[in-house]
Amino acid sequence: MKYTILVYENTADFGARTDATRKDAYWGAYRAYTKALTDAGVMVGGAGLQPPPLATTVRLRDGKRQVQDGPFADTKEQLGGYYVIEVPGLDQALDWAARCPSASSGSVDVRPNLSM
Amino acid sequence: MYVPTCRCDGREDTIDAHRAAELAARTAYGRLVAYLAASWRDVAAAEDALGDALVSALEAWPRAGIPNNPDAWLLAAARRRLIDAARHAKVEASAAPALEILVGRTRDEGVTAAVFPDERLKLLFVCAHPAIDEAARTPLMLQTVLGLDAARIASAFLVAPATMSQRLVRVKAKIRDAGIRFEVPDPRELPSRVEAVLEAIYAAFGSGWDDVAGADPRRRGLADEAIWLGRLVTRLLPGEAEALGLLALMLHCQARRPARRGADGRYVPLDRQDVRHWSRAMIDEAEQVLAAASAAGRPGRFQLEAAIQSAHARRATTGQTDWEAIALLYEGLLLCGATTGARVGQAAALARARDAAAGLAALESIPQDSVVAYQPYWALKAHLLKRLGRADEAREAYARAIGLAEDEAVREFLAAESSV
Repeated sequence: MKYTILVYENTADFGARTDATRKDAYWGAYRAYTKALTDAGVMVGGAGLQPPPLATTVRLRDGKRQVQDGPFADTKEQLGGYYVIEVPGLDQALDWAARCPSASSGSVDVRPNLSM
Repeated sequence: MYVPTCRCDGREDTIDAHRAAELAARTAYGRLVAYLAASWRDVAAAEDALGDALVSALEAWPRAGIPNNPDAWLLAAARRRLIDAARHAKVEASAAPALEILVGRTRDEGVTAAVFPDERLKLLFVCAHPAIDEAARTPLMLQTVLGLDAARIASAFLVAPATMSQRLVRVKAKIRDAGIRFEVPDPRELPSRVEAVLEAIYAAFGSGWDDVAGADPRRRGLADEAIWLGRLVTRLLPGEAEALGLLALMLHCQARRPARRGADGRYVPLDRQDVRHWSRAMIDEAEQVLAAASAAGRPGRFQLEAAIQSAHARRATTGQTDWEAIALLYEGLLLCGATTGARVGQAAALARARDAAAGLAALESIPQDSVVAYQPYWALKAHLLKRLGRADEAREAYARAIGLAEDEAVREFLAAESSV
């Protein structure tokens, strides 16, 4: 079954991406996690996302476009990236989610993909 | 001067009554569930009835005072619930005799229920029955014998809470509908059935741990609960060598918990731990328990694992680790059934007793499909490749080990090892 691991990071995590003293640990952990998923043959796809200030939200209301800077919700933890994996079931998906570096600092959602 | 006066609003009594109910729940929960389930042959109904009885206790005791024997009171109340529920469901004719027995017992219970038989051993055997799905055995035991709630059990086993609740409901229905009997197995079956009970307890001890020797000490999982169950089994099955072996093993691992992190929160591997942070009291108890197990002259998997931990513990007194002895113990353990963990442990011991090449050879003989997501394998492999000067392969293996680690401190430790 395919699952998507949604990675929510806090401000400190987003900051670690470019911070001189923390960026090696941040990227090292993510490179290793991605490699482990690939080597285990469960990786389907995914992407890391630029931080929330670079988001632009678009809505259509009553035929009018509304465009807004920033993410649609202003919460402490924001989507930082996602992985799509293929594993036998939810138990294995949760095992992989727990290994995601951001599970220790932010939080990680696991959702079964719709089959389309 | 302010002198506190007696407050007569009954609040303190209320608090006492709450405490008494909680205390009764904690100390007697498993005994009461076991006794009710064994006579009613329905674990879920027994738990529901006892839950209701605890609720009524919290209502009644603050008003009427705490009964002399809270357990007997709870038992009587729970039985009334069971009988009411059965009547309400218009019991089938076949269940009527059981109902009469229960009603009969209830009548004279006022005087005799102070001492009711401990049926927890039977309940443990039901929980670890071969007909019960292996993944459900430990959670079932934790819920029925210890009264832990499904959400806490689910977190420890990294399962969604709703899924865990469903599994527990299904498995209790199966016990009832399949007529799994509350009994101590006959002597022919006993060894394998005891093993299943011990396996289930050990699974609780290891819940949430990648690696029993090195996991985050803050993540206590259910280690204390497992040790409690381990002690219970040694009391209920005195002289059972493997039960003693399991208890000794858990105590040895638990004794080292405070030493697994440095003052700065850094991960400290076993061979670099400061032995002054090991609990001597727990090690002493583990050694006594293991000696009692060996006296029975029936070695087994848990006694061997405890002996390995005992050999590590000796460093506290001798300052040295006898890796040759540990490698030999692992060889014995592999004869009891080769698990990936035991094979990785043996490779680590061989690397220390002989050299890195011997360790790597042992590691590489493990079937690859069993180590794809097994973190300790990759951590050891990385370490041995580095010692053999195979830098590129070592870096690859370190990345794999880091990617499979759940614990941030372990990730940091491996990243540091990888870069020197």
